Formats: sequence, C-alpha cells, structure tokens
Amino acid sequence: MIEFESVTKRYPDGTVAVGDLSLKVETGQITVFVGPSGCGKTTALRMINRMIQPTAGRVLIDGADVTARPEAELRREIGYVIQGAGLFPHRTVLDNIATVPILQGVTRRDARSSALGLLERVGLPANLGERYPSQLSGGQQQRVGVARALAADPPVLLMDEPFSAVDPVVRDDLQQELLRLQGELGKTIVLVTHDIDEAIRLGDEVAVFAQGARLAQFAPPADLLAAPADDFVAALVGRDRGFRGLGFTDGNEIALRPIDHDVDGLALEVDPDGRPLGWRGTDGLLPTEGTFREGANLRTVTDLVILSPAGAAVRVDAEGRADGLVLLEDLAGSVRTQQRERLTALATAEDAG
Amino acid sequence: MNDLWSYLRTNGDDVFTALVQHIWLALAPVTIAFVLALPLGALVQRYGPVRHIALTAGSVIYTVPSLALLLLLPGILGTSVLDPLNVIIALTLYSLALLVRTTADGLDAVDPTVLQAASAMGYRPVRRWLTVQLPLAMPVILTGLRVATVANVSMVSVAALIGIGGLGQLFTRGFQLGFYLPPIVIGLILSVALAVVADVFIVAVQRRLTPWARAGAR
Repeated sequence: MIEFESVTKRYPDGTVAVGDLSLKVETGQITVFVGPSGCGKTTALRMINRMIQPTAGRVLIDGADVTARPEAELRREIGYVIQGAGLFPHRTVLDNIATVPILQGVTRRDARSSALGLLERVGLPANLGERYPSQLSGGQQQRVGVARALAADPPVLLMDEPFSAVDPVVRDDLQQELLRLQGELGKTIVLVTHDIDEAIRLGDEVAVFAQGARLAQFAPPADLLAAPADDFVAALVGRDRGFRGLGFTDGNEIALRPIDHDVDGLALEVDPDGRPLGWRGTDGLLPTEGTFREGANLRTVTDLVILSPAGAAVRVDAEGRADGLVLLEDLAGSVRTQQRERLTALATAEDAG
Repeated sequence: MNDLWSYLRTNGDDVFTALVQHIWLALAPVTIAFVLALPLGALVQRYGPVRHIALTAGSVIYTVPSLALLLLLPGILGTSVLDPLNVIIALTLYSLALLVRTTADGLDAVDPTVLQAASAMGYRPVRRWLTVQLPLAMPVILTGLRVATVANVSMVSVAALIGIGGLGQLFTRGFQLGFYLPPIVIGLILSVALAVVADVFIVAVQRRLTPWARAGAR
C-alpha cells in the first residue's frame, strides 16, 4: 500500500503543485491519477519514487517512509514508465530491458536472457531484441518501456502518461495489454493520465485532481460515473456517463427468458445446432445484430437490446447456441434497480464516513 | 613529377622525419585536449556561470593568431622558442577551446526525458553520466573532434615559421630555394593525406562506438 500523508509540494516561487494530499493506493490494484494539466497529478506520482521531494508530509510504501532509503536503491524497486517510453537510444531493446537488473548486480548475460522472456510477455517478437529503439514503432517502444519497468519484478509500477504519445488504435491495444498483464502480475500500479476514458477503463480506483492541486474525488470508476462529487468531476467525466457506467455492471443479473419466447410478433429462429439465425416475423428473417455470452457487462447487453429489431438481446453459450433472451422491459427494470441500489449504497457510505 | 621523385630520393629521410614530427605535433594536442574536454565540458554544461566564462575564454583564445601565440608562449612558460612544447600547448589550447564547447553542446543535446528515465530507474549521477549521457553525446563530441583534428593538421605547418619541425619545413625550404616546387607539393600532399587519414580514422571509431546513431527510423 502506498500512502500520501498530508503531502504538499510548494515551489520557491509560491506555486503549490500539490496541496495537503492524503490518499491510499491499495496493493495489487491500478490506481489512476487523472486531471487537467497543471493539477499536480504527475508531481504526486513523482514523489513516490522521490524524483520530487515533498515540502511537507510523507509518502509511505508499505508503512515505510520513502525517504528512509537511498534514492537509487528505492527507485530500482519501483518500475517507472514514461510518456514516449524514454528508452536509451544507444542500447538495444534487450539491453534496455536489462537495465535495472544490471544496476542491481545481475550479470549482463543473465539479465539479457530474462529480458528475452519479458519481451514475449509484453507481446513483442524475440527478433526485435537486437534492434535499437529508433527502429521500433511508437507502440513497440512503449511496450519495451513497460518490459523495462517490469524487469526487476518490482512490486510497484509508476506510469506517467504511458500511452499518450501513441495513436488511438495502438493506445487501445496497449491498454488491453496492460489489463491482461495486470491480471497475471497483480502489481500495485499508479498511472497518471489526462484522459478520463483511459482512467475509467484502467483504474480500479480513480483519483480526480482539479486545478489548484485539489483532490476532487477518489472513487472506483463506476461510482465516478454514477455519482460525480461535484460539477468539476461531472464535466470531466462528460456525456453519457449513465450509459458508460453500465459497463461496470454485471449483465447476468437480469432475468433471462426462454428462447422460444414470442417478442412482439417476432420469434427467434435457430439452426439445427441451436445457433441463432435471426428474428422471424411477417416481414421475413431480420438479423439479431449480435449476441452476448455469460459475463458480459450491462452496457454490452443494453447495446444489443437497442440494436435488435425485437428489442431483445440473445445470449449464447460457449458453443454459440442460443440459451436465453433479455427483453427491453427486463433490462429497464434491472438498470433501475441497480442504479437505485448503487446510489443508496453511496449515500450510506457517505453518512458512515 | 620527375622532380618530385628525385627530391624524395635525395631528401626522403628528411621528409619522413618531418611527417612523423607533423603527426606527433598535430595529434598529441588534440588527444590531450579531448581527454581534458570531457570533464571540462561536463563542468561547463552543468554550471551556467562557468559556461559563460569558459566559452568566452575559448572564443578569445581562438581569435589570437597562431603565429602570435607561438611567439608569446615561450615568454609566458619560460620555454625556449624552438621547444616543440610551445606548439603542443598552443594547439592544445585551440583544440580545447573548440572541444569544450562541442562537448558541452553534445551533453546538452541529450534528451532530458532519457536522463530522467535513467534517474528514475535508479542510476546514480556518475554512472548515469558515464553510461548514458556521455555515450549519447558522442556523435556531437566526435564531430567536434574531427574539426579540431583537421584544423590541427593544417595549423602545425605554421610552426615551421619559427623553426620547429613538421611538414611546414618543406614549405619554408621551397620558398628558400626560390619557390622550388617539389618540397612544397610533397608537403601539401602529405599534409592533406594526413588530414584525410585522421578524419577517416575518427569516422571509423565513431561508427564503432555509435552503431545506434546509424540505425535509422523505419
């Protein structure tokens, strides 16, 4: 766990980059610091590995003050990924990845051989190992940056706008990759971004920083969408927060109807194996516009219901056989109930806190 | 052409001695200056005020004509006018003036985010300088070294005017013999050849040291 205890960073010219910040970053989770530029999120991040020294307050990692240890030693146990990767242009990909283990005294040979494994882990082919960073694409460089940060297997990973320098398609890949990696590794990750969508997608917890280094809200993404703490957070979260919030709700809560259920004059037609073919009505066969499986979130299900000519989403099993229908009216009821439960829970938590 | 050969046949030993001395007088200063320029350049690059003073001093040194410097140094150092040390020191000063500047520029040009990444990964300052910043500054520093080396090879010739060896002696002899061409041409060819060989050598070293600089973007 990383704790900020009343941390303030004031510069000699009087600018307050971070003002009296207190928050806890849970072990094994992705905590995102999000906010506009100049809100102090990067300053806060850099106080964790002492790239910036606080003017007042303390930063603790697992209860120990970060200033209790020599800087260099501390930093070798904290992975660090920056925007544009910041790779060493004069070292090959493998040598870049091997950096921290070598600093810790591992032989170059051993460090390079484990680097090869990491290359694969971040989804890059082994033949890139002997290339120089300038020979890689931006997305590949960023992956190498992640591999380099993971090389010494640090429990904590700091990521400063890691995906801001790449195009949206690559960014999407990298985000997915990070979530996959985190599923395998379970690191304590602090990620800084100015992109609220990225924060909502990646964060287990999201800290929203406002202008003037104020912590506007610290909550899981679903709560951020359901109940923004103030106008600033609401504006940052933006449009469609209700619909986007459904992405954090389990779609399995909704009651399923049998597949032979007649929906407003349309009936689901399946092939001999039970796979859905379309909706049969007096106008002929209409497309289902997609199906969902167990584990889908409510946003996916809602989208299918809206697209379906019958106003019903088709669930399929692992073999692709239709095994249930979600109707518009059942969906509406479920959304209403869940939203009410969420807001009640939040209000109760607030009263308790 | 025949004149050249006959001159070489009769004065080959002299020409060879002059060449060896020329190499020595040209390359020793640049080597010394290169070794000194690395720490000085680092100092200059790090501390703003020092930079201003050092670079101004460098420019001033460069404006002193080489012949004047060669005549002034014995007075300052107490050496004999014919001491080759004067030439070595004079050329070291010129090379240093150039190399401190390019070293500082080269170190300056290193991407600050790369240095920051190095610190964040746990590099201590000295190791960071030696293994990250200096290697990345090498292309610029070595370009400065090429200029300094070629300039030295040509400047050593001036030393002959005050009676110190090197290929310049071949020029003075040519003039003394009533503009007799063979020694002048031989001196010229050897001096140019020496400059080219030295330059090619540094480029070869540069290619070896900085393979990454040629690994262009895809």
